[in-house]
Amino acid sequence: MPEAQPQPPIRVLVAKPGLDGHDRGAKVVARALRDAGMEVIYTGIRQTPEMIAEAAVQEDVDVVGLSILSGAHRELFPRIVDELNARGKGDVLLVCGGTIPDEDYAQLQALGFKGIFGPGTLTTEMIQFIRNEVALRRTA
Amino acid sequence: MNDDAFIEQLLAGTPVAVARALSRVERGGAPARALIQAVFGRSGRGYLVGVTGAPGTGKSTLVNALAKHLRTQGRSVAIIAVDPTSPFSGGAILGDRLRMQDLYGTGVFIRSMATRGHLGGLATATADAALVLDAAGFEIILIETVGAGQGEVEIARNAHTTLVVEAPGLGDDIQAIKAGILEIADLLVVNKADREGASATVAALEMNLNLNRETRGWRPPVLKTVALRGEGVPELAEQIEKHRAYMETNGLRAAKERERAQIALNDLLARELLHRALARLEKSRVDDLIGRIAGRDLDVYRAAETVLGQFEV
Repeated sequence: MPEAQPQPPIRVLVAKPGLDGHDRGAKVVARALRDAGMEVIYTGIRQTPEMIAEAAVQEDVDVVGLSILSGAHRELFPRIVDELNARGKGDVLLVCGGTIPDEDYAQLQALGFKGIFGPGTLTTEMIQFIRNEVALRRTA
Repeated sequence: MNDDAFIEQLLAGTPVAVARALSRVERGGAPARALIQAVFGRSGRGYLVGVTGAPGTGKSTLVNALAKHLRTQGRSVAIIAVDPTSPFSGGAILGDRLRMQDLYGTGVFIRSMATRGHLGGLATATADAALVLDAAGFEIILIETVGAGQGEVEIARNAHTTLVVEAPGLGDDIQAIKAGILEIADLLVVNKADREGASATVAALEMNLNLNRETRGWRPPVLKTVALRGEGVPELAEQIEKHRAYMETNGLRAAKERERAQIALNDLLARELLHRALARLEKSRVDDLIGRIAGRDLDVYRAAETVLGQFEV
């Protein structure tokens, strides 16, 4: 009988929380991740923390990537992390990007965000980071 | 989480367990088979509705509207949305969920699956995913695929009720008829029916049905919907129920289950027998045959017979 796929593709949820409608960046990231062999579930804009967490659970993603350019990350990200934890998906790799000031990095890292990809981040960096982190988690 | 606790949570419909089970069957191999063996006895109550059609016909929007309607009737619903994997990168953008924003928090389980370039095995993976959702207690399982390839069409056809979705203005009406996928339809839906040409599309489909359908007792109705506004969706749900009732009262449901079982078994046997047979052959022998066929020294039929002769089939 067939063997299991040795390494199933990395599944990434790309989500835009809050009222931020600027989705060009998220779509660029989604395409880049797809071109790197990942399965990307793009939620669209105007996502609440509950919607993001529900999608992350149902799609059994390895990574949750949040894109936000409205400055509401300090308000929304903790709620998203709470929702993920409450639903048993607290072990997912958390990354984010958008317009996030340097002085907020510490708070986000404390929340559990392993990767913060501000403006100017190369998609190749993002891809490598995700691959490395997911590989570590899969062997753990 | 140990396996027993995991199975228990899966059968109770706990979302994290259901999601993890779906990942396991997608990945295939011994763990997938063990899981199916553990839960298949608890499947069989779920009703599978396949939804297929060309890209751009509004399938996801329609699935969203239909699931929403079914929820208002108190039915539990799960959705499997299949999208193509890029043959170049092996990745995929799974964007059907984007059209299903109304369903969050309503208890509808939505799972996006990529074809993962294993066309033969895709039908198995999707069938296994549907079985998992069935065992988890979902009454209605909507399976959405793009009717672009034979493989995807087969998946929709493997459901109890199959919807083929059309939309006006996507080209010559005759295209729809030539496509051949109309024959698998239990229901035909002309979505985006507020667009110009909708009535002509309906008429073309009806005409085609008049020409073809003599043998079956069920004449596929041609329905009009505007999925974005939910128009025509209650009627669609009603027709699905009618088809379901028709299948039940005529013993066709049981016959369909046998057909599904046969397809599943044949599918698996074909792949597995081929794999095992090739594994028993010396590679150099196979390469030699291939070289001779390509060099026009031996025709493929005789080449195949020499291989088969080794197995006495």
